[in-house]
Amino acid sequence: MIRLANVTRVYSTGGAAVHALAGVSLEIGRGEFVSVMGQSGCGKSTLMNIIGLLDRPTTGEYFVAGKSAAGLSEDARARLRGRAFGFVFQSYNLLPRMTALEQVELPLIYQGVPNRKQRAAEALLRVGLRDRIMHQPTELSGGEQQRVAIARSLVVDPLLLLADEPTGALDSETGAELMKLFTELVEERGLTVVQVTHEPQVAAYAHRIVRMLDGRIIEDAAVDRGGKDPKGSNGDSK
Amino acid sequence: MSLVDAFRLSLRSIFANRLRSGLTSLGLILGVGSVILLIAVGQGTQQEITDRIRGLGTDLIFVEPSAAATTSQTGGFAGPLESTLVQGDALAIAANGIHGVLSVAAHTSIDVQAIAGPNNVGAEIVATSSEYGEVRDLEINSGSFITPLHDEEGPLVAVLGARVAETLYPGNDSVGREIRLSFAGGRLSLGFVVAGVLEEQGGVSEANDQVFIPLSSIASRVRFLFTPTGGLRVSQIDIQTASGADEKQVKEEVSELLLFRHETFEPDFVIQSQDELIGTATAVSNTLSILLGSIGGISLLVGGIGVMNIMLVSVTERTREIGIRRAVGATGTDIVQQFVTEALTLCIFGGLAGIAIGTGISLAMDGRELGGQEMTTVIQPWSIAVAFLVAVAVGLGSGSYPAYRATKVDPIAALRNE
Ligand SMILES: Nc1ncnc2c1ncn2[C@@H]1O[C@H](COP(=O)(O)OP(=O)(O)OP(=O)(O)O)[C@@H](O)[C@H]1O
Ligand SMILES: [Mg+2]
Repeated sequence: MIRLANVTRVYSTGGAAVHALAGVSLEIGRGEFVSVMGQSGCGKSTLMNIIGLLDRPTTGEYFVAGKSAAGLSEDARARLRGRAFGFVFQSYNLLPRMTALEQVELPLIYQGVPNRKQRAAEALLRVGLRDRIMHQPTELSGGEQQRVAIARSLVVDPLLLLADEPTGALDSETGAELMKLFTELVEERGLTVVQVTHEPQVAAYAHRIVRMLDGRIIEDAAVDRGGKDPKGSNGDSK
Repeated sequence: MSLVDAFRLSLRSIFANRLRSGLTSLGLILGVGSVILLIAVGQGTQQEITDRIRGLGTDLIFVEPSAAATTSQTGGFAGPLESTLVQGDALAIAANGIHGVLSVAAHTSIDVQAIAGPNNVGAEIVATSSEYGEVRDLEINSGSFITPLHDEEGPLVAVLGARVAETLYPGNDSVGREIRLSFAGGRLSLGFVVAGVLEEQGGVSEANDQVFIPLSSIASRVRFLFTPTGGLRVSQIDIQTASGADEKQVKEEVSELLLFRHETFEPDFVIQSQDELIGTATAVSNTLSILLGSIGGISLLVGGIGVMNIMLVSVTERTREIGIRRAVGATGTDIVQQFVTEALTLCIFGGLAGIAIGTGISLAMDGRELGGQEMTTVIQPWSIAVAFLVAVAVGLGSGSYPAYRATKVDPIAALRNE
């Protein structure tokens, strides 16, 4: 589905250049569920942005469905983002002064699809928000805002879900619910998920864990469930 | 994104930012309104001057001393004293049998103070002959105008304009009563008997504020109005022509006659028909119109710059919003469309409100008295169109350009913009 070939991303703002990605090669197939882990500042969000076509590599190549992303027009990138990708930002990025329902409706407006309100309400319901859909971001808790952001990414039925710490603001129980939802979508609809997380028990829901350090991938391994049910680990307290 | 969605979105955003939207439209409302109003005032002034000249009578030709021959046009005796025209010129024009000339009236204007008992009013004296009433289409309310007998004998009689009569003898018929006219700041004062009162003249007419006396009455009393050769100086000669007469021909013949009488080849007088006078006055008031229009244009410009400023700030402020929208699939076109629709909605609203206010004030001012002068305003449709289009263009440009720029950076860069 996607492939990165020796991708680097260098920020040259202010004096010294920061190598947020220092040569990353990665291939993720359709229907895979991948967790990306690593210490703060190692380049996880930068990687997600490039995969999500929100940013461009400094060097190296990025392929989406076999095609080089560098060759895509700005409009083609926008269409892919809107139809095929769902993005959950680490900082949610909700629009101010808009209700939860309108936030989730937003991607549908640009797709020009019918029954927008209904589909948005359904997506909100899936992440467990039923009675707060007419609230604006300032009237929602952090976890509720995060779930609005998740509903917004899922509402278009994307092929690829990119979630940057989707459980960061959620309690472990709600987090586990969300992981079950992701797993279900992966198994039943063939959704591809790439998520960033710091929590091992959240990461463990994935098929595969990619570990990063200083802009490089240092480990890329399948999750060995060994008969251990991931649901069992969510009771662990940290 | 559909147009309906774009419009709904823009309304939302306009109402979500009421203060900003209000300020943006205010700039446009004031700009558009003042352009319309000031141009209407300029055009009104022009119309008023034209009407005033038309109100002098019909088919008139005016002979005046040329500007080069007189050095001052001030009131009092200074004007008539320097005039190159004499009463004999008027008599000669009338007696010469020029084809098309109906009647001729010479007159001299002098500013005076008119007094009757406790009442007094500043008025303009028109010392003239009996023909003047006919030439200027003056209608008599009571008594009579200056008569041929008055012309001959020069008695101290006066015919009052309607407003002068109303001020001096409020509510009463003043015919037969006495008034005093005080000349040259009180240095000369004469008593006159009121011979007649004019009907209130409609439209824009100066006759309402004038007092008419026989030229012969002051001629025998004010010696210094005579030239060394014994001609009685007058400040203007009005010639009434038959309707359909060849004005050009009349002017030529009058000119020849006067050159002969004045024994000169260089005209020391100017002959202008009513239409030419209107042309000259129009040229002058056009300058005024342009001046007023420019002031309006400047305020529209200032308003436009205000709108641009607010739009630029607002789009920059919303760079993050643009980033979010693009992240969830909005194309560059979607974004530009959103901001263009928003700017258009705001500008059309501001423009329409400006039109309403500009035309509203113009209409309200029309015919009202302002600073002792009656205002005339004439709303020009083209000024409405131009002001509106400028307002919309300003809004479009300032709304779409920064939005277009915001679509040229990667969404993540837009999102980082706090
Ligand atoms: N716009 C930017 N300009 C300069 N440096 C940046 C920029 N964005 C990120 N960086 C730097 O790039 C590195 C990687 O950032 P990134 O956001 O990818 O980290 P992360 O792995 O997501 O961290 P965290 O777990 O804290 O979210 C960091 O050192 C960061 O300081
Ligand atoms: Mg991050």
